[in-house]
Amino acid sequence: MRCEFVVGFLIHLMTNLPVPSTPDSPRAALIAGARDTFPLLVGAWPFGVIFGALAVTSGFSPWGAAAMSAFVFAGSAQFIAVGLSAASTPAAVIILTTFIVNLRHMLYSATLAPHLNRLPRGWLLPLGFWLTDESFVVAAKHFTEADQSPHKHWYLLGSEFAMYANWQLVTWIGILAGQAIQDPRSWGLDFAMVVTFIGMLVPLVKGRPALAAVLIAGGAALLTYGLPNQLGLLLAALFGIAAGVLAERIWPTTESAA
Amino acid sequence: MNEFLLVAGMALATMATRIPVLWWLSLHLLSPGIARALKYVPLAVLSAIIAPIVLLSDGKLAFQVDNAPLIASLVAIFISWRTRSLLLTILLGMAVLLGWRALFAP
Repeated sequence: MRCEFVVGFLIHLMTNLPVPSTPDSPRAALIAGARDTFPLLVGAWPFGVIFGALAVTSGFSPWGAAAMSAFVFAGSAQFIAVGLSAASTPAAVIILTTFIVNLRHMLYSATLAPHLNRLPRGWLLPLGFWLTDESFVVAAKHFTEADQSPHKHWYLLGSEFAMYANWQLVTWIGILAGQAIQDPRSWGLDFAMVVTFIGMLVPLVKGRPALAAVLIAGGAALLTYGLPNQLGLLLAALFGIAAGVLAERIWPTTESAA
Repeated sequence: MNEFLLVAGMALATMATRIPVLWWLSLHLLSPGIARALKYVPLAVLSAIIAPIVLLSDGKLAFQVDNAPLIASLVAIFISWRTRSLLLTILLGMAVLLGWRALFAP
């Protein structure tokens, strides 16, 4: 299986052929999910290394930093927590901030849930625990494709598992490199998250309502940036969603969003 | 010891955003209006995350040419639009950022 996995990655990278969208077995779906997530793993490398390095240079023990990646597993919240912690913020405030920053996962869950309603309940715990921005976007695209593959939850799991294993690995690399790297943020590598998200976002912008959602969400995020606890992110997302819905009434299109 | 309490609290706070909604909504049907609105979730959330990082510097709009993240983002948007390749977008976007930084380094 590991061999197939690697070969799958290589073939996908070299040929850039469209990936068959109907994996016909759980195993094939698992591998397809991991493979389609590969570019996002690359995007997470610098981000994860910087997190590990930053955490140990701002007072976390190596095991504390590793535990955060293992049990919280939310990149942007982890970054913010390290920053707040370095500024001697009380733990309760850091935890509340984590909750608010991660509220967007509720929107992701709401989007994915209708596709998972025939699963045994037990599936929802790992699928939910491992949910990230990256796996959400990859899976949401796959879930809205018209085919009736019964293994789409395996696809999501494959994407999530790849992200999780990758995140643990790069966190440890960062922790081990942490002593050697001075001021890791100044390298600009935390910007990798931004280009990764741009690469995820641009292909989704199809039609005017989608463009309206992007512009209004982005503009609202600039205007609400000063709000405490990253509340602006949530407000801006809600404005963007509303803009998309309203724009759909003005410009009804058959293919208005992903 | 304290940091483990912090991590435990953060883990619970994060799980609270990931699992309950998934659980509840997989048992109950969403209204078609809400379902239509949710199409815009990835677009809106990603845009709201990116915009302040790229366009703000110390809380102010930063449209200068020495704002390397802005230049790199514009290049990344163009590459993604033309090629649809995520990997190419990430690699070239990072290369432009580092190159531009070196160019405008004091």
